[in-house]
Amino acid sequence: MPTRAHEPRPRGHDDLRDRITHRNDFKAKERARLPKVEWAEQPAAIRIHNIREVPYAYTPDQARAEAIRCLQCKTEPCANACPVGVDVPVFLHLVAEGDFKGAIREIRKTNILPAITGRVCPQETQCQQNCAVAKVHKDLGFAVSVGKIEAFLADWEREQLGIELPAIAADTGKRIAVVGAGPSGLTCGADLRRLGHAVTIFEAFQKAGGVLVYGIPEFRLPKAIVEAEVDVLRRMGVTFEFDTVIGQTVTVDELFEEGFDAVYIATGAGLPYFMEIPGEQLNGVYSANEYLTRANLMGAYRFPETDTPVLRRDRIAVLGGGNVAMDSARTARRLGAKHVHVIYRRSHAEMPARHEEVKHAMEEGIQFHYLRAPTEILATQDGWARGVRVQVCELGEADARGRRKPIPVAGAFEEIAVEVVVEAIGNGPNPLIPKTTPGLEVTRHGTLVVDPKTMMTARRGVFAGGDIVAGASTVILAMGHGRQAAQAIHEYLQAA
Amino acid sequence: MYRIVRREEIAPSVTLFEVEAPRIAKRHRAGQFVMIRPLESSERIPLTVADTNPLRGTVTLVVQAIGKTTIELCDNLGVGDSLATIAGPLGNPTHLGLPGKPDDVLGTVVCVAGGIGAAPLLPIVRGLRARGHRVITILGARSANMLVLEAPLQASSSELLVCTDDGTRGHHGFVTRLLADLLSKTWADERPIDLVFAIGPPRMMQACSEATRPFEVPTMVSLNTVMVDGTGMCGGCRVTIGKETKYVCVDGPEFDGHQVQFDEMIRRQGMYVREESRSLELYREHIETGCRAVPQAAE
Ligand SMILES: Cc1cc2nc3c(=O)[nH]c(=O)nc-3n(C[C@H](O)[C@H](O)[C@H](O)COP(=O)(O)OP(=O)(O)OC[C@H]3O[C@@H](n4cnc5c(N)ncnc54)[C@H](O)[C@@H]3O)c2cc1C
Ligand SMILES: Cc1cc2nc3c(=O)[nH]c(=O)nc-3n(C[C@H](O)[C@H](O)[C@H](O)COP(=O)(O)OP(=O)(O)OC[C@H]3O[C@@H](n4cnc5c(N)ncnc54)[C@H](O)[C@@H]3O)c2cc1C
Ligand code: SF4
Ligand code: SF4
Ligand code: FES
Repeated sequence: MPTRAHEPRPRGHDDLRDRITHRNDFKAKERARLPKVEWAEQPAAIRIHNIREVPYAYTPDQARAEAIRCLQCKTEPCANACPVGVDVPVFLHLVAEGDFKGAIREIRKTNILPAITGRVCPQETQCQQNCAVAKVHKDLGFAVSVGKIEAFLADWEREQLGIELPAIAADTGKRIAVVGAGPSGLTCGADLRRLGHAVTIFEAFQKAGGVLVYGIPEFRLPKAIVEAEVDVLRRMGVTFEFDTVIGQTVTVDELFEEGFDAVYIATGAGLPYFMEIPGEQLNGVYSANEYLTRANLMGAYRFPETDTPVLRRDRIAVLGGGNVAMDSARTARRLGAKHVHVIYRRSHAEMPARHEEVKHAMEEGIQFHYLRAPTEILATQDGWARGVRVQVCELGEADARGRRKPIPVAGAFEEIAVEVVVEAIGNGPNPLIPKTTPGLEVTRHGTLVVDPKTMMTARRGVFAGGDIVAGASTVILAMGHGRQAAQAIHEYLQAA
Repeated sequence: MYRIVRREEIAPSVTLFEVEAPRIAKRHRAGQFVMIRPLESSERIPLTVADTNPLRGTVTLVVQAIGKTTIELCDNLGVGDSLATIAGPLGNPTHLGLPGKPDDVLGTVVCVAGGIGAAPLLPIVRGLRARGHRVITILGARSANMLVLEAPLQASSSELLVCTDDGTRGHHGFVTRLLADLLSKTWADERPIDLVFAIGPPRMMQACSEATRPFEVPTMVSLNTVMVDGTGMCGGCRVTIGKETKYVCVDGPEFDGHQVQFDEMIRRQGMYVREESRSLELYREHIETGCRAVPQAAE
């Protein structure tokens, strides 16, 4: 079954054929002026009633026509800004020529999860940020849609050919334990396996993917896609041990005793922060982690068909202005909430969420309350949340990082009536591993200290990367760490 | 994996399962719990490990069938079947010494079990006795047939007192009554009670904590909040201890009963009552009609 919907009838198809046929005739100037190939999306009024992916996939012609806009810059500003260095102009050239198989092979050289990164990378601050085409138009919106094409290629490969397995080197006899099956652990595991090492990935949950399966909602990243990508690792001979909490079920020291030669810690940043305002213990108050885990990993959006419930109420508030807040708000809408309020203490301009997410959220009828700092969650008599009390703020001076600080307006408070409150103000690293593993060095934020070149921790043979090192960051950065660590572990094992 | 090797109904609606989980069996200490999913579609629920057999690589769970997940587990899984998930051991091991005293100082500990609380209490009783403490166990239940694990508790305690709400066995009355009697009787003794463990329904743990408060006897309770992951990443199990917020799964599950905000915890336990009864209703319909009358989901 195809995991991806296509737009029923793509628009302007004849123009695209024309562009493809004459692709070699364009001069650079003309090329840069070709219109961007837009993709359609499920209309907001429909998509809030389902959990299917929002954007429709490119058709092969659309992908080719879009790739033709690439100017093939010698300096490769796009590849340089990709944390795993995907050779963007090369793969775009192959796409333009219609060699999809060659293109996806090119991507897979450095990126083992293209169907995922193509969808969830913040491309506007990475590969698409310095795109020459965008420079010509003086508008970032005109950058070549690298991510979109990347996702197309990965989907095309999976659906048409089945994902191709990379070559695997002869067995080295070395065993590596990877802790955590998020993007960082998966990448590191795959790379090490490719080099001929035996790899076991230990995961606390019953499923692999980390934030990709418990955090990022289905409508942004279909779980069938994550499963297919994880299956590649399984077919490569990577072993998974689920339901295993390292530090509790087995300690890192015991892994060495069991005969592992090196350990890579990629446990992410899963510890939820709360605002520490009155009323957080009321019924109806969630961390975004809990809310999204119930909905995604445990499938609560299908309750009672599945067993794990999540509160479905008409009015809900999401506290925070980042991507996690957008995911929570849009999930709430799909769980049937009629009024979803995002409450953020700064203004629209300072909001850390991706522009595209905010746009999607607004289309879906989510209401934004800017310059409102929550001060209390209000209670009904029987201990349920009935609203959020907010302090009205105005923007003050910029702080050291250039962000303008919200300043309370004396005496100005408002109340927003809701039955459920989701706090999405950020996550920190879980202290479980540092607590149970002697000899690791921890920063005051709780992240692990590593050598930035080798990703080795203060303990010999113990490496770490992803959010447990970087704090809450991105999927692709976590993968970048995984690659880097795999290389370093390989060298470490050869030297040992 | 996670195969069930023994199954026994030990009281009405209470079933004991012995499950293969070698890593957990090896590491488990008294007081710790596991998260399980009986089936692939199940919720993750916490259960205390009542016993382990590291040689056989098994852990023993005692389950009271009270809602969809536990009823489905007890209805459907028998010897030879496997659990979809068992993860652990989670939470902190019980501190088996006297509070604030070096480990080698011995004393008298009263362990109070309400109903199924006997299961989590058993390894604690054993652990305390192995250290050399005098352990008086109070085992209570609604009725004689609901008393669980009486024999092993009898064998491992210095003294066992039994009571039932309806007087069908042992003393007639609540465990708190026996506890209060013991406290006042021994108050002026040479061997007063140094420590109390109380495990059972929340109201019973609350009542025990209130009973010991005037005597200033330290009282440990094991909290049973709603959990999702059991590893500190959702915050759903948070409780207020004194003035501080704690996560039961990583900071507990045992806390000083005099500091626990029981009313708040009990209220939070009821957060999904509506959803839970709907889930159970559908399950029962399914059992009766043979088809699962579940509304078509959005996908
Ligand atoms: C809701 C949400 C939306 C996001 N959206 C985006 C986005 O659109 N684009 C983007 O680039 N980034 C996004 N991010 C950030 C991104 O998901 C993370 O930066 C990335 O997943 C980090 O990868 P990781 O492998 O380091 O950790 P994680 O993905 O957190 O994976 C860690 C894994 O380790 C397991 N684990 C933890 N402790 C243990 C233990 N003791 N033993 C065994 N296993 C353990 C966990 O269960 C988990 O599976 C989002 C984050 C969230 C929360
Ligand atoms: C640390 C700990 C140890 C426990 N040990 C045992 C034990 O050894 N034996 C035993 O029979 N029970 C034990 N419990 C309680 C057990 O987890 C619940 O009875 C079970 O989750 C009920 O699920 P259900 O679907 O059958 O019932 P439901 O109808 O869903 O729920 C009934 C009640 O159980 C509680 N509950 C529901 N879902 C959860 C959940 N995911 N996590 C925790 N509580 C929930 C709620 O208070 C709810 O109102 C323990 C709980 C905790 C926190
Ligand atoms: S991996 Fe991400 S940043 Fe790199 S090219 Fe692909 S979409 Fe862009
Ligand atoms: S910067 Fe833009 S135009 Fe230049 S090579 Fe990269 S994708 Fe193509
Ligand atoms: S169960 Fe999720 S933090 Fe304790």
